Amino acid sequence: MRRSINTAAAIVGIAAVVALAGCTTDPSVTTPTNDPPPTEEINWFDQAVFDKQDAERGVTPEGPEGQPWLQYINAEFTDTSAFASPGAKKVCFANASISNPWRVTGWITMNQQLKVLQDSGAISEMETRDAQDSDDTQIADIDFFIEDGNCDLFLISPNSTAAMTPAVERACATGKPVIVFDRGVLTDCPVTFIHPIGGFAWGIDTAEFLIGNLEPGDKVVALRILPGVDVLETRWAAAKKLFEEAGIEAVDYFTGADPAEIKKIISDELAKGDVKGVWMDAGDGGVAALEAFEDAGVDYPVMTGEDQIAFLKKWQSTGITGLAPVYSNFQWRTALLAVQKIFAGEEVPKEWILPQKPITASELDAVLTVNEGMPDGHYATFGGEDLPGYPEVWQQRIVP
Amino acid sequence: MSLTTTSPTFGSRALGAIRVLISPRGAVFLLLAVLLVSVTVLNPNFADPSQFIRFIQRVSPIALVAIGQYFVIVSGEFDLSMGSVITAQVVIAGNLIGQDESKSVPVLLLMIAFGIVVGLVNGLVTTLLGVPSFIVTLGMMLALLGGVFYVTGGSASGNPADGFREIGRGGIRGVPVFDIIPWAVIVLAIALVVAIWISKSPFGKTLIAVGDNVTTQQFSGVRVWWVKTRAFIISALCSTVAGVLLVGYAGVHPSVGRGYEFIAITAVVLGGVVLGGGRGWVVAAVAGAFALEALFTLLNFADVPSTWRDTIQGVIIIAAVAYSAVAFRARRKTRTPQASPISGKEPDPDGDPAQSAHTQQNHGG
Repeated sequence: MRRSINTAAAIVGIAAVVALAGCTTDPSVTTPTNDPPPTEEINWFDQAVFDKQDAERGVTPEGPEGQPWLQYINAEFTDTSAFASPGAKKVCFANASISNPWRVTGWITMNQQLKVLQDSGAISEMETRDAQDSDDTQIADIDFFIEDGNCDLFLISPNSTAAMTPAVERACATGKPVIVFDRGVLTDCPVTFIHPIGGFAWGIDTAEFLIGNLEPGDKVVALRILPGVDVLETRWAAAKKLFEEAGIEAVDYFTGADPAEIKKIISDELAKGDVKGVWMDAGDGGVAALEAFEDAGVDYPVMTGEDQIAFLKKWQSTGITGLAPVYSNFQWRTALLAVQKIFAGEEVPKEWILPQKPITASELDAVLTVNEGMPDGHYATFGGEDLPGYPEVWQQRIVP
Repeated sequence: MSLTTTSPTFGSRALGAIRVLISPRGAVFLLLAVLLVSVTVLNPNFADPSQFIRFIQRVSPIALVAIGQYFVIVSGEFDLSMGSVITAQVVIAGNLIGQDESKSVPVLLLMIAFGIVVGLVNGLVTTLLGVPSFIVTLGMMLALLGGVFYVTGGSASGNPADGFREIGRGGIRGVPVFDIIPWAVIVLAIALVVAIWISKSPFGKTLIAVGDNVTTQQFSGVRVWWVKTRAFIISALCSTVAGVLLVGYAGVHPSVGRGYEFIAITAVVLGGVVLGGGRGWVVAAVAGAFALEALFTLLNFADVPSTWRDTIQGVIIIAAVAYSAVAFRARRKTRTPQASPISGKEPDPDGDPAQSAHTQQNHGG
């Protein structure tokens, strides 16, 4: 009896799957399966933020010349005289992770900046807890710092926006200064929130570049690392909207930054028809995308990658029409410089928006000269050229 | 009616072929055929020999890990370290060869030695210390990935010399019909022949017997620890070769190889190999790898939205495996009086798999 029920269930299941598989193999039926996405678009696309970031792209940053990590856009300053206090301070840093090359590059730069501030007597030590991409771990890390950390200041690079908000509020409630950088939180209690302009600006820069170099109806393959991360989703949300408006046919794929996966995706797209452009939400794996065009024996696409060295070198050697948007890596350094300013009682921007300027073809050679000898996963806007240890520490990629 | 009476041999032969295809052993070939035809319908270019050979090229690393995983699974164990071995080998190639092509051969030898050591450790800890291979190879995976991260700082220094990458990326050019015969396809062909030869050798038969019933094999004097350890070494070597192909095909990146252990297990299971060991066919495991990759290509060609892909892929895999399970059970039901194909297990008068046979035995004892 039980067995016959099992068998029946299995047959029903298989029938359902066959029906499903049948749908996917019939090209005419695939368009209706696009039904769910509208809700997603609404989630990530925010016209007000889009417009704000679009405007910020055109603002000339204020601040010291040649030190973009200390520059700011449209700043409203906040008074920190209440925190002014002499002596070396202990910083407690709750880091989301160092699980990708961008974060590793920033982490290395941050530690070199730390040495400078320790030598000058501003910071005594920085105790770091790495949450390894886990919300739960980071909440525990922050609570540990609040209870037992003996901290003078909390520095937080949130793992995710909503989940980390209550923990950041608890840190603020201690009355000690709190600095948040990179991803944001849903509270304005921190003394300063440091970040580059943002994902929409990235999406606008890249989409405008591709649209300007392509014809309506051309196909663009969008290579995305993973879903659900706001700083990545906003890049795609903006670019997708602009592609649609300009009549560019864009298809997106999740790659996990795995070059083998990227190469397969591009090969299949080339087997289907011409691909005129490649858009990436992060440049990791961009070389494999271009190699797929080489292997298929077709012309290079117009492409936007990122300021990662591997992509910049490939761009230089192939001479493609390219653009390297940046998610300014030097913000890791800004976070510690903000610590110094706060304890010195200097005012800092409440929302510290750092410059985020894509690297263009005319700047490519100069950027690669500054980054001579850097490994493939290094990011050109690391902003550590004037720090001790340059360039060996970054070349050897010595992770503290 | 007249057709069947005039040519009974044709009819029965066709019937036989269909029976093989819908049998659990042949199901994977049916699935593969359906997928390949679907892909070709969506994109006729796919059937072009020069395109199809490129498809085989890119399946090669996956087929290689499926071969390696087959030997481990059929002996009743798991190897979860395959993906991390690939990652480690890719990084070794990138860091040690660099742009100096003359280092290719020494580094290749080092990689092979590294693969043997990994397999040896996996095998010996599993067999001699009695730690479940699931845990041993999981630990090996974490150790290797941690080591890779320590060495690279999350970023490889760069791709190795083009000469070394040629193995995975290039091939014999100017071949009629195919245009190019990638080296990867030749490597896979050799590996498959060797794998078939190994599975037909006494060692291969002992491996299956050990996977089926360790106790009887121990009693009959088989050195189980050495048989299983060799399976782990084969597996690590397959990962090594896959790594050499992938460093050419894709380049150096800490994410290369990620998830390959599960792709390999899925391919092997799709190929009708029984988890827990004792039954399986290496050719079917390779067909499983091809089916998986064809499925991936099908989803690309069918313009399935990226948000749906993983779900559809997962559902089709579950359905395929469920189909073989159901078909296998149905087939056993129809030939109840025969001895169970699982040697050493009771023939099963009820037609229900081992479970009920065991409970009956327990009740009797």
